[in-house]
Amino acid sequence: MPTGAALAFQLDHARARDAVNAVFEPDGLAEAIGREVIVVRSQAADREEYLRRPNLGRRLHPDDGAMLPTDGCDLAIVIADGLSAAAVHGHAASLALAIIGRLEGWRIGPVIATQQARVAIGDPVGEIMKAELVCVLIGERPGLSSPDSLGAYLTWQPRTGRKDSERNCVSNIRPPHGLSYDDAADTIVRLLKAARARQITGVALKDGEDLIGGGEQ
Amino acid sequence: MAEYSVSTGSTLHRFADLKTLLAAASPPRSGDELAGIAAGSAEERVAARMVLADLPLTTFLEDLVIPYEDDEITRLIVDDRDGDAFAPVAAMTVGEFREWLLDNATTGEMIASVSRGLMPEMAAAVAKLMRNQDLVLAARKVRVVTAFRNTLGLPGRFSTRLQPNHPRDDTMGIAASTVDGILMGAGDAVIGINPVSENVGTTGDLLRLLDDIREGLAIPTQTCVLAHATTTLDLVRRGAPVDLCFQSIAGTEGANRGFGINLALLREAQDATMSLKRGTVGQDCMYFETGQGSCLSADAHHGVDQQTLEARAYGVARHFKPLLVNSVVGFIGPEYLYDGKQITRAALEDHFCGKLLGLPMGLDICYTNHAEADGDDMDAALTMTALAGVNFIMGVPGADDVMLGYQSTSFHDALYVREALGLAPAPEFEEWLTEQGLWRDGKSVEPEGLALPDRMLALANGHG
Repeated sequence: MPTGAALAFQLDHARARDAVNAVFEPDGLAEAIGREVIVVRSQAADREEYLRRPNLGRRLHPDDGAMLPTDGCDLAIVIADGLSAAAVHGHAASLALAIIGRLEGWRIGPVIATQQARVAIGDPVGEIMKAELVCVLIGERPGLSSPDSLGAYLTWQPRTGRKDSERNCVSNIRPPHGLSYDDAADTIVRLLKAARARQITGVALKDGEDLIGGGEQ
Repeated sequence: MAEYSVSTGSTLHRFADLKTLLAAASPPRSGDELAGIAAGSAEERVAARMVLADLPLTTFLEDLVIPYEDDEITRLIVDDRDGDAFAPVAAMTVGEFREWLLDNATTGEMIASVSRGLMPEMAAAVAKLMRNQDLVLAARKVRVVTAFRNTLGLPGRFSTRLQPNHPRDDTMGIAASTVDGILMGAGDAVIGINPVSENVGTTGDLLRLLDDIREGLAIPTQTCVLAHATTTLDLVRRGAPVDLCFQSIAGTEGANRGFGINLALLREAQDATMSLKRGTVGQDCMYFETGQGSCLSADAHHGVDQQTLEARAYGVARHFKPLLVNSVVGFIGPEYLYDGKQITRAALEDHFCGKLLGLPMGLDICYTNHAEADGDDMDAALTMTALAGVNFIMGVPGADDVMLGYQSTSFHDALYVREALGLAPAPEFEEWLTEQGLWRDGKSVEPEGLALPDRMLALANGHG
């Protein structure tokens, strides 16, 4: 293996490792999105526990539920570090803005930022907030040359115990290499509106409806 | 029921049953911790090994880790076992069995002759008493030779699956990776694609692509699209050029149900594939993948540790006399195998248990980016498993599988092993490489000119 290629591989892996280990810093999100941001924790205390115990990353810290509003909303947006804080730092605010801008008339609660969190943390968060839908924007597992890929997971009537088959996903959001914010937001909003009309998300929403079109692979 | 306890001087350690004992005796790994069945302390782990060492092998015939009536894999393991073959080791404890395996007087032939008498759980148990070097030495004695269009697993040989995956199943992308691999001597175990789409049309197209390249250049190897067994059945019915039937399998009935299979389906798929008789030097036509943690991941582990469950998957595999079996060691993530040390250990255990149970064992030595592992860990695992005589590894361009999103071993890695340990590809494949000017005097050589890659790409071109 030529030296240059060997080092290029190491650089890609180093970036992926840094992305996994980076700490999600929610400071600045509120200004970037122009909305109130509430920061909550999962039950995973640190990165190692998060990686070893996936269940803990799906649960809300017992002290933090009280910080969430309970007056109900059409959509709760949750920003979670997942496996790449780099993805969240790079893309979450811009994507959240693009989504919110396309949802005129929707009651959207404050944005919830969660640390050491997996997709399913949107379930207890959305349940407490009495949200009709939750949209979790989360850092995806870094590939060797894609350390900053963001995914969006949509769940109708979120509550603890929802299955992954009850969600819709738009992945590989990472301009300029992956999906752009506009294309991703178009697809997400199309799904959100269809979910609201049919009162469902998941496998059943994709079946029989050509919602995704060319927007998602 | 046997009593499982030992005093370590200060403390009396008791274990409720055989599966609890096996889990406690297992080297530390995150998956058993996640399942809540790992030893509570380092001392308890060694105490469990002491109990295990003194246990007669016959205990495993009585105390089944998953009941016979609850699980078709247990039934297969019990009903498949050859009691006569067990006789030479029937009086041994697990600890004595370890010493017998490592004894200079015990040959590979002797080990192979007792293989059909062993339960997978016995193989798992003895592995727990072995250090990494023991797992290398014992496995190294056993050669498991299989054949289809070439002969795999012979002494002095080391093969690769060429894995030309592409994130969009793109024909020319797959062809480019295939050319790259062939030029570096990869692909004697199989040229095998993990398809993005399970669609029978797409998978059929990919099979014809690989078959046209192989047939056009008369490469003595086999091809495979690693689709679900039901898709392969469909492809056979439609007359697609199916060499091998692939399927992921696991060690419990419930986990296999999660994969959408059972033993009856595997038999049906094997019969259909076998009926095509496309092999030339043999007709071994099954290709299985396994991996520690799959049963826990499917919530079907019955409180049994992941290494024992992995060995039970080999109990399934051996029933079908496969051409290829590989454990995909580090793909599943750090919640099952946390770091390079755990991945290396699992690779050596899986290879040893597979060989002990008579399987043509290969390995996908790999890691994801959220595991505590890197290329150096893979080098150590690769070198040790090659020394242990692994039949084949994966060959992925640059080690980066851009479709599955993980890092495996590269074409270069395989060449490193062949060079460092003086190993050659399968004999028929070596002869072909030599004719093409890609192999000379026991070494890979660079091709002269572009005639060969151009011919391969021309064969692929009609499929765009």
